[in-house]
This record gives sequence, C-alpha cells and structure tokens, in this order.
Amino acid sequence: MIRLSVNGRRRAYAGPPFARLIDALREDWGLTGTKEGCGEGECGACTVLIDGEPANACLVPMGQLDGARVETVEALGTPERLNRLQRAFAEKGGAQCGICTPGMLMAAEAHRRAKGRKDREGICRALSGNLCRCTGYKHIIESVSAALKGKK
Amino acid sequence: MRGDAGSMTYLRPRDPEEALRLAGECPDALALAGGTDIMVAWNAGRLNGRSILDLSGLDDWRRVSTTRDGIDIGALVTHAQLIRHRELAAGWPLLAAACATVGGPQIQARGTLGGNIANASPAGDTFPALAVYEARVRVRSSRGGRELPFAEVFAGVKRTHLAPGELIVSVHLPRPPEPDRQLFRKVGTRAAQAISKAVAAGLLWTDSGGSVRELRFALGSMAPTVRRLRRAEEFLRGRRLDKGVVSEAARLLEEDVSPISDVRSTAAYRLRASQNILRGFLEGRLETP
Amino acid sequence: MRPVGESAPRKDGPDKLCGAARYIDDHPIPGALFGVTVRSRSASGRIKGVRFDPSFPWAECVVADARDIPGKNAVHLLGDDQPLLADGVVRHAFEPVLLVGHPDRATAWRALENVTLEIEPIEPVLTMEDSVSRKRVIWGDDNVFKTITIKKGDAAAALAQAPVVVEGVYRVPHQEQAYIENQGMSAWFEEDGTLVVMGSLQCPYYVHKALQPIFALPAEKVRVIHAVTGGGFGGKEEYPNMLGGHAALLALKAKRPVKMIYDRTEDMQATTKRHPAVVRHRTGLTKDGRLLAQEIDILMDGGAYMTLSPVVLSRGILHATGPYECPNVSVLARSVATNTPPNGAFRGFGAPQTLFAAEMHWEKIASVLGKDPVDLRRRNAVKVGSVLATGQVLKESVSAGKVLETAVKRSNWTAARRAHARWNKDPGKPTWRGLGLSLVHHGAGFTGNGEVYLKSRAGLAIDRAGRVTVLAGSTEMGQGASSTLAQIAADALGVPYGSVSVERPDTARVPDSGPTVASRTTMVVGGLVRRAASDLRTALAKAAGRAPSGAPAFRRAARKLCGAASERRFLAEYERPAGLTFDDVNYVGDAYGSYGFAACAVELEVDRTTFEVRLLRVFTAQDVGKAVNPRVVEGQIAGGTVQGLGWALLEQCVYKDGALQNPRLTDYVIPTALDVPDIEVAIVEDPYSCGPFGAKGVGEMPMDPPGPAVAAAVFNATGLFLPTLPILPERIQEAADEEAARRALK
Repeated sequence: MIRLSVNGRRRAYAGPPFARLIDALREDWGLTGTKEGCGEGECGACTVLIDGEPANACLVPMGQLDGARVETVEALGTPERLNRLQRAFAEKGGAQCGICTPGMLMAAEAHRRAKGRKDREGICRALSGNLCRCTGYKHIIESVSAALKGKK
Repeated sequence: MRGDAGSMTYLRPRDPEEALRLAGECPDALALAGGTDIMVAWNAGRLNGRSILDLSGLDDWRRVSTTRDGIDIGALVTHAQLIRHRELAAGWPLLAAACATVGGPQIQARGTLGGNIANASPAGDTFPALAVYEARVRVRSSRGGRELPFAEVFAGVKRTHLAPGELIVSVHLPRPPEPDRQLFRKVGTRAAQAISKAVAAGLLWTDSGGSVRELRFALGSMAPTVRRLRRAEEFLRGRRLDKGVVSEAARLLEEDVSPISDVRSTAAYRLRASQNILRGFLEGRLETP
Repeated sequence: MRPVGESAPRKDGPDKLCGAARYIDDHPIPGALFGVTVRSRSASGRIKGVRFDPSFPWAECVVADARDIPGKNAVHLLGDDQPLLADGVVRHAFEPVLLVGHPDRATAWRALENVTLEIEPIEPVLTMEDSVSRKRVIWGDDNVFKTITIKKGDAAAALAQAPVVVEGVYRVPHQEQAYIENQGMSAWFEEDGTLVVMGSLQCPYYVHKALQPIFALPAEKVRVIHAVTGGGFGGKEEYPNMLGGHAALLALKAKRPVKMIYDRTEDMQATTKRHPAVVRHRTGLTKDGRLLAQEIDILMDGGAYMTLSPVVLSRGILHATGPYECPNVSVLARSVATNTPPNGAFRGFGAPQTLFAAEMHWEKIASVLGKDPVDLRRRNAVKVGSVLATGQVLKESVSAGKVLETAVKRSNWTAARRAHARWNKDPGKPTWRGLGLSLVHHGAGFTGNGEVYLKSRAGLAIDRAGRVTVLAGSTEMGQGASSTLAQIAADALGVPYGSVSVERPDTARVPDSGPTVASRTTMVVGGLVRRAASDLRTALAKAAGRAPSGAPAFRRAARKLCGAASERRFLAEYERPAGLTFDDVNYVGDAYGSYGFAACAVELEVDRTTFEVRLLRVFTAQDVGKAVNPRVVEGQIAGGTVQGLGWALLEQCVYKDGALQNPRLTDYVIPTALDVPDIEVAIVEDPYSCGPFGAKGVGEMPMDPPGPAVAAAVFNATGLFLPTLPILPERIQEAADEEAARRALK
C-alpha cells in the first residue's frame, strides 16, 4: 500500500506500483485536470508538483510516491474562486485551447514558490518544459509576469 | 500509453545492501532512478514484462559532498540539485552548465546523474563535462565495489561496461587546477527540451608563453559514446595556438569521432559545428565564464 | 461600454484554468471498451492475411474489420475514395485495417503487439515528382486529384517581351499540426438506435454527414457532440470523420460504448499534415520592378486519398500571386496522389505554401534588380480598385499598403538593414544579422461559392427568464469563437456580455453553421448571429410594445415573447453579399468577399560557429477588419505567428518508405517559450462592410507571413538564398559550404 497526500488529502493506493501517477490521478481519483499530451515528458501538460518540485506525471511510477506530497491544478482555485495565478491567466488570455494550461499553471506555481526570476527570460526558462501550440507563449508569459508582480 | 503496469515486476529496496542483493539476484532487472528515460520507453510499450529495480528510495545515494580533492556526487542526485549546488558551480562549472541544458525544469527535477550515465545515450548532455573533468564512476555489487574512469564506462549506444548486478553508487570529480579557458556548448534541436546534435566541453591550460600545457576536449552526439579528442589534445601539447595549429587540431578532430545522419541532424553538420566550436575555443572566441 | 471591441474575459477561461473543462478523455464513459487500431506498416500492398498470436486473450476482445461496416466503406468528404478500413489493399503506411476493443486500456494497446498483418508489397509512389510523371498510376487515370488554372491577360506574350525575367523554384514541406491534445472520440448507440459520437473535433456536422452512409442511418439517427477540444489548427477538420467512424463501428460490433484516444505516436503517424508543395515562378518585370507577367506552376502532394486536397489547392492557387497586381497572369495548379498518409487541412490551407514562394520570389527579384525588396512590394501591392488574377476588383478594405508601412516603420527597416550590413562586415562578430519582411493577403471565409453551398444557419435562443444563448455548430478549440460570438450577440442585443451564454455544439441542439475552418467563424457565423440578434431585438420590442431598456424590462419582454413556450429560437441563414459572383470552373470572379492583409518583419541572427538561428524581434501588423475581442485576436496572431516560425525554422517531418520516422514531440520539434521573442502585434482595422461590425477573418492569416520573412532575413544576414523550408542550421551550413566552394572555383 502506497500512502501519499494529493492536494492536501490523504490517499492510499493499492494498484500496480508501476502504474503512472497520471493514471492514478485521472482514473483512480477522477482528477482529470492533469492532461497527457505526449507520454514522454516532452510537452509538460501533465506537470504536477511532487514535494514542491515540478514533475511530469507521465514519467513517475506510483511506487516512488510513498509519503510524497502531490499537488495538481485542482489544488489551485475553483472556477468561482480563481487564485491569483489563475486570475492573471483569465485577465491576460493565458489559456486558449486550455490543454497545456494545467501544466503551465503548475510550472509557474513551482517557479513562484522557488522565488524564481520575474523577468521574461526567467519566466521563459521556468516554462520551457511546457509546450503550447496556441498562444505563441505571449499571453502566458504576460499572465505569469502579472501574477508574480501583482500585490498579494 | 502502451505500457502495461500489471505486466511489470517491481522491486523497491529500502537501503543500499538490499539494492545490491536484489541487483545480484535479478541481474536482468532494469535499474530505475528518476525515470525520465525508462518511463519514456515504458510508455512506448518497449518494456512490458520486464523487472524494475527502483533505486529512488536510497537516500544515501542522493548526497553531494566536497573535499579538498574533489566532489562526490551520489548516483541519485538530480540535475536540479547540481544546478543549485554552489561548490559545483565554483569548481566544476561545466557540469553545472550542462545540467542546466538537460530537458526542462521537470526533467531536471527528477532526472539523476547516475541515471543519465547508466542510460548511456550517445547524446548525454553531461558526458563531455564529466569526460574533461576525468570523473571516476564508483560502482558496487553484492560482491564488492570498483571504480571506473569515466572514459571506460561506455561500451556503445545505450550500453555500459557495468557487470550484471553492478549499480552506480556515485561519481567522483577530482578538483582540477584553475583552467585558463573553459567551455560548455550544447547545440540542440531547439533552445530548451532539446536533444543535442553536438555537445562539447573543453578545459585549456596554457603556460606563461602562451603555449598549451594541456587541453581536454570532449564531444557528445558525435560517436556511439562520448569522445575525448585524444589526437588533437596530444598534438596541441606544447604548441602555440596560431592559425595553422588550430586548423590542424580541427582537422584531427575528425579522427576521433564518427558522426551519423539521423532524424535530428546530419553527419556533415555535426562535424562542421564541432570543428567550429573547437576552433572558436582555441582561438579564444568561445568560452564559458 | 459596448461588448464588441472589448477584451472581454473568455467564456471558457475559468473551467480551463481549474482543470474542470472536460476534454474527451476526461469524460467517464461507463462500460466503455478502449479501442485501438491495427495499421499497415507498408506504404502499398495487398493484404494477404492477419495472424493473431494465440497466447493473447482474444476472447476478451472485440475485433472489427471492413466486413463489419453496415453501409458504405468510405469516409465521405469531397470524394468517397478513402475507406474507413482498408479492404484487401493498403495505399499508405499506417492505413487502418482492423479495430480492437478491450475493457482495459493497457490490454487493448497490447493487442497491437499480438497481431500481424501479412502484406504483399507493391512498389509505392512516394514523391510528387514520381506521381506527376506517372511512374505508376495509383489514383484515377493520372494520379491527379485536381487541376486548376487561372488566366488573366497573356502571360506568355508578356514574358517574351519583358525586359527582365526572373525564375525561381520554392519548396515547402509537410507540417504537423501538433495540437497538444491528441485525437480522440467516443461512440455509443442509444436504445432507439441513435448513434452518438462525442469527441475532439472542429466540425460536428462534417462528422454527422460522414457517419450516415457508413452506418446506413438517416440524419436524425446520428448525433455528434463536441467535447472541449485541445487545439485543432485544421488537424481536427476531417480526421474526426475517420476516428468517429472507427469508434462507432467498434461500438456497433461490441454493443457497448467505445472510447478511442490516440497516443502521440499514432496521432503523428496516421493523421493529416500540411500539404508539401513545389512552386515555380517565372516573372516578367520592367527594369524598375513593375510586374508585367507572372507564370506560376504549383504542385501539391495530397497523399493517398483525396480528402480535402482539391480545396486546399484552390486556396493555394488563389493566393499564388501574393497581394500584388499584375496585368498578365497564368497559373497552373495540380494536386497529386502519393502512397503517403493523406495530407489535409492545416491553418492557412494551401495559402502559406504558395505565399512563401510568392514572397521569397520578391527577394530574388530584388537581388537581381539590385533594389530594396520593400520598394518593389510598395510599387506592386494591391489597393482599392486593383484587379486580381481572377478578375476580381477589390472595392474596399484593402490595407496591403497600410500593414506594409506599419511593419516597415516599426522594424526600422532602413536603419536596421544598414546597421546589420555594418555588423556583418566585421569578421570578429559572433553572428550575422538580418531583417526580412513579407506581405500577404488571406481570403476570409470559404472559397468562391462555398458559403452559398454551405447555407449555414446560426442564431440565438431566449428563454422566459431572458437568458440568451448562442446557437451555432461552430466549435471552440482555443481560438476564442465562443467569446467572440457571445460578444457579437450581446452587442447587437444591447445586453451585457456576461448575460449571453453559448450552447455546446451538439447536432441535436444547434443548427449547422458550417465547419469551424477557413477564418469564417467571426465573419460569416458572427454575421448570422448578429442578424438573428437583430430579429430577436425587433421581436422583443414588438412583444413588449417598445424596445426594452435595462435588465428587468428585458426579462419582462422575454417572458411575453416566449408566451407558453420555454424558449424561442431566432435563426439566420447565410445570404451572399450582393454583387459577388464566382465561376468555380474557370476561376473567374470574386474568390473571396474580402481579404485580410498582414505584414511581418523578422530580425534574427545566425551563429557563425553553429549556424543556429536566434530570433531577435518579430513584429507583425495584421488587418482583421474589426477586432471583436482584441485580446483574443492578439492571441490568435501571436500563436499563428509562432506556428509559422516553427515551420520556418524547426519543424521537419522525416519520412522513410512513406512512413514518418519522427512521430514524437521529442524529435518533431515545435518552439518552446525560449525559442521565440515576444511577438509584437499591431492590429489594423480596415472594416469590411459585409462583416459583422466590419470584421474579416483572423484565424489562418498569421500562419502565412513568418516563413518568407524568416527566409528573407536569413538571406539578408548571410547572403544565402534558401528557397526551401525549414531553414535548419544544417541547410545553412550546406549552403554556406556550397557558396564557399563556388567562390573557391572563381
């Protein structure tokens, strides 16, 4: 039995230990906000935080997560109560088709917590593991920049 | 997702002794560290039915320690840890620079130095830096341990000289004398999340007269395994870096590599880009601060 | 503040930002089998047999093949040549042959390891050159899907007399749409026999139409529902017809719901790409660079089946001259068959291919004449009153000059080119720098009479509580259609944007507003919504006795209008603007009601050591008529520009024996945030009298100009003329070596 925390809630996992985190999230716990775009850690759509660090949930077997703290996009805010990062994305148009958005938000969240650089270059580096095909990154970068610079 | 979790045999030792014992008992088991390569193969359906020896619980192998002689990097230390490590950045900046070009932040956070070596990709971004720092790779099995010079680790594409049951424990980098010039340069398929078309690391020491005391220069993605430019290094020893000498070194580069054309680049380009990088380095136009 | 012209927050934003939006793989489908596809490895051959490994639990699986199709084995589009499942013969690598369903996803995928197709190979035709020369006939009588010609004046005679003649050959490659959500569909049969298909798609009514003959079902027994769609770019225009058919066929055989979700590899191997093209130009000019004649030959690779190739070719030929006026034009365009996976719709739809050639040809002309390429464009660009190759007279909303001058000014054209020339002369500099510019036009809406044939319908519903809902089959796939249509409705009704919602596209609930393609949603469907809103407004005023003012009055009027009904619907049907005519046999007349115009300036540097290209600045000015939602429009322009930059610099489909060798996002490389600078966008608004609030299209146009602007900038930086995309460092190195060898010979 693997015990972990997912979005602050304790979870026990009893399935095959080599199942991927993304499948446990989506299929066992119905947390479908985490998306699969490539299955090889290239697109970043499945980015979650594991013990505060960004990770591709398609590359992590459940066996590695005993005692871990996992956070997904569902931990941020709700459609009725967006958090600051999400509000910035809503205002600046950071989400278009939306499939990369959960991963972008989690990569940005990791960057915010790590107190990373707030300039364009720093934000681009933090998001460089996340592919987007809609926005040309312009409004995503503006969204993250606004969220990092905005007051609490 | 073409991997079948139910088909896998999964072993997760809690301490090094158990890991070495299991590795001995199941020599066919694939050692898993950060998973950033193995899970890709699994997702593609290429590892169904295999046994996995997951080393990620071995906290003893996750440490970095420095001494006056050098630095010891546990096999499970991640690229992100190395990027943040102050002493590594000060003493072995080419390795720190290389780690920062591996994948993106997600891959850097999970991928490990030991896993990178064990995976033995011809394109491993950290390998040229490890080669010029003359790293020593410490391996152990239930029968005991040994140390391999980095140059002797790789047997070919995706193959190492590790014996069945042997696991990489740590990597030791001796502390090099302060170089007069150094370089890390990756030529990737794009600016991030890129596999290298060519990747180079170089250290140069000159004497007061400007002659080469020692050059160490290594290239990745240019042969089945990372290559030190032994011929060029030997040729340059004691010579002044004038135009003819640099051209000869660039010509000699060809004799130590065997680039191929594949979906990522061409043999001609790889060769030309590497030669230009070597020239730029020797002429003082290219260096890593 | 009026809704139109406001950067209103997107309707689909909050759900997408919380992971609450449900894409097809997020919908739980109780009792569903997971379906996978057994595909040919061979590009061409006869199917001799199928071997099932007996060690696999086949008894737990449902297997379907062509014999299980109750109706016609054809995926209907422009033709019926493409089978839903190959029957006896395969004509391209990764052609679907069998379908397998299993309750467990992993087991379903493992079925693929346990089945082998025995295929007797037939020599394939893999290049368009081999196809056009009929190395072997693989389609119809001559391998040609479609031939189109355009004639204006007498190009041959004018060329014979022209003081200057410049020739060039330009090649553009495949491009993968690379939407981040792979293709996926679910299907099930209701108890009354209705087939329901839900999935990631652009055009619900295309799927609706395609499924009827396959399953021999009448229209009312087929229902197609749009799931939140993670990007399309054309890639989900026609392929969902195929995938929807597959999911439905397995569901029919299994008598259970079926879900089919491609992984990245399958998606890239099997689904459509941008058509590769070879375009030849022969251009006659005066010595000072005025166009006298353009002779253009276009060849496009359609792949193994017709799909949309004829209409891609049509848009391609109609943009082949670029936005310039020339008295004598002759264009021949052909689309041919090869034994490769069918190519299809991709943002721009043939125009980026021919516009790359047209624009790069100006760079060549400029170097032959020794003139500034911007001056040449200025001299020849269309303006109001200009006559296009089809004879179409441009009557209004012609902003070629304006977007060009904006780009020239904002890129500091003259000063920057001069500075770069100085920089490049210094051998100590680590790079070569260059600035390139391109100018394009892009027809908005379906080509020619397309909109007339479509007879699109869209409109609004109002309920007793005064809630207004947009009804259209047009889908939201990231481009902002839902917000844009809601803004148009709100503005036309005089109600707040927040009070208008948008119905989810579902053929059981919304009218057929035509496919979500061709930059037509804002201009055409938005126009229908606006007309419906105007009818609704009149009806409300009539019901209430006067035009309602304020929300309470609006609600009262709605209650009166609805009477006993729970809602009333107001639909409008497309009517062609007066005065437009097009002869779609001879290609004469008004090919598009209106054109958008765009210019793009790209400043870049090429590393002298590695030939890597780094983009320094990208500026683009684009005329969209009216930006209904400027933020959304800017997002479309920035996104399309980066997609164009990727095509120009990074993206390459590598084929071997007709099969894609790099079907992964690791090896098919699209730009990351670090690969592109901030895209600087200037929205130009030169209104079109027949578009809602003046709006023309925006979706496709941003894809057109980056390719030639990049190639022009590389030419300016290095002096190397590269007429082929993508401009990889390898190509620059090769060209530099060739140039060096040429110089050494001299």
